[in-house]
Amino acid sequence: MGAARSAVSEKSGPMNAFRALMQPHRIVMLALLLGAVIWCAVALRWDWIPEYAPLALEGLWRTIWILVVTCVLGFLLAIPLGLAQAIGPWYLSAPARIFCTVIRGTPLLLQIWLLYYGLGSLFPQIPWIRSSELWPYLRQAWPYAVLALTLSYAGYEGEVMRGAFGSVNKGQLEAANAFGMPRFTMFRRIWLPQAIRNVLPTLGGETILQLKATPLVATITVVEIYAVSSRVRSDTFIVYEPLILLAVFYMIIAGIIALLFRRFEDRVPG
Amino acid sequence: MEFFFETLGLAESAKLLSLSPPGWGGNLLRGLANSMQIAFGAFGFGLLIGLFGAYGKLYGGVVLRDLLAVYTTVIRAVPELVLILILYYVGTDLINKISEVMGYGRVEISGVVAGIWVLGVVQGAYATEVLRGAIQAVSPGQIEAARAYGMPPFMLMRRVTIPAMMSFATPGLANLWLIATKDTALLAIVGFSELTLETRQAAASTRAYFTFFLAAGALYLIVTLCSGAVFARIEKWARRGQPSLKRAGR
Repeated sequence: MGAARSAVSEKSGPMNAFRALMQPHRIVMLALLLGAVIWCAVALRWDWIPEYAPLALEGLWRTIWILVVTCVLGFLLAIPLGLAQAIGPWYLSAPARIFCTVIRGTPLLLQIWLLYYGLGSLFPQIPWIRSSELWPYLRQAWPYAVLALTLSYAGYEGEVMRGAFGSVNKGQLEAANAFGMPRFTMFRRIWLPQAIRNVLPTLGGETILQLKATPLVATITVVEIYAVSSRVRSDTFIVYEPLILLAVFYMIIAGIIALLFRRFEDRVPG
Repeated sequence: MEFFFETLGLAESAKLLSLSPPGWGGNLLRGLANSMQIAFGAFGFGLLIGLFGAYGKLYGGVVLRDLLAVYTTVIRAVPELVLILILYYVGTDLINKISEVMGYGRVEISGVVAGIWVLGVVQGAYATEVLRGAIQAVSPGQIEAARAYGMPPFMLMRRVTIPAMMSFATPGLANLWLIATKDTALLAIVGFSELTLETRQAAASTRAYFTFFLAAGALYLIVTLCSGAVFARIEKWARRGQPSLKRAGR
């Protein structure tokens, strides 16, 4: 047990990681895993892949696109939400707090359906919306998906940013103040960067959670990677193979997100 | 009361939400009861998995620890929706295979049991991590002292580890409970009639989407806020006798 624990606590370089992997029981487990993969490749049905590959690529692209857009927009919205809760007067902080509580207290699926079916049934009754330039977009599903996921990310991140703004060392802000730095410059150069640095690990986790929320938009007819797997299932009655492949895809994307955030954390001076 | 609704222009909504059959309020409350039943079951099942998982990760052999690491990593990286589908099909297939081998033929699996099984396995992965962290935060001297007195492992867990880790585990478990209540909404997609699906059916047949979705949102929010208050009390109870966090943090 002592040896195993020291192997875990060693610094994780590529050489050490390799050595940790080469313990006897891990070699046996890797061999079993390899066997399982080979069995999956041989015994299960994969002949549907060529037919659905273009659609799957399109779906994959749409998943990533939705993830990136909603995370960026949601984070931009979270900054004022966090700021309002951290230092805002009551007439700004109270609505921000209520928004975050409501978003965090109700299921995302309900929010998506409320926006899509609710707004979607309301808009056609209003003449000037139907005659406006935006109407061709508002008739599609993806604006509602993007809106719902953005608001959800903003709600969760607003709470995170509230803590982050509060955690920045007061002395630094006072020093900037003493130098006569304008308030906005102080916010841009000192407060925001330090707040973001403090919550980078949390943000990484939240981004993976956001990735795991994206398949919900398939329920409002947005064709992303999850919807493609559902279509394969209903077209060919093959149940497990598309789901296994889908899970592997999500694990790869989650791994890439974790890796990106770790590199980002390493580059930021701590 | 009716005058009050008239003046606010909510008479229509109040009629739609009334509890007796022309209104859909009864359906929503039945859905809520189903959701809560599954959330309780899944949370309990998840805690059970989490307790064994945490003990396995801390005190188990090398193979068990690696297997548990794979379990928690995979479950936490794959969307709940995908896991729900996989576990749902695997669970029903396995039970049907077993019952066919035993000569009973195909069995119909109740939605509640399937929901508890599926969400419980997902919750178990998160609970394992929460409880592992909490057990590690208990000062090892206390556990060693109990061992030195020759306390059997199960009694040690019941009398020392669990009471001492409660204060560390409660915030994480409160979070998990909230995730459990919200994840029940996902079962709507496999066709289980919990609150979200009942809401959607009511909304689709009356075309009053905003009324019903907002009402369901309010129900979820009430559950969330009430359980927040309950967990705050539990945490206060679990922390009894410990120095206040506020002063310790400064």
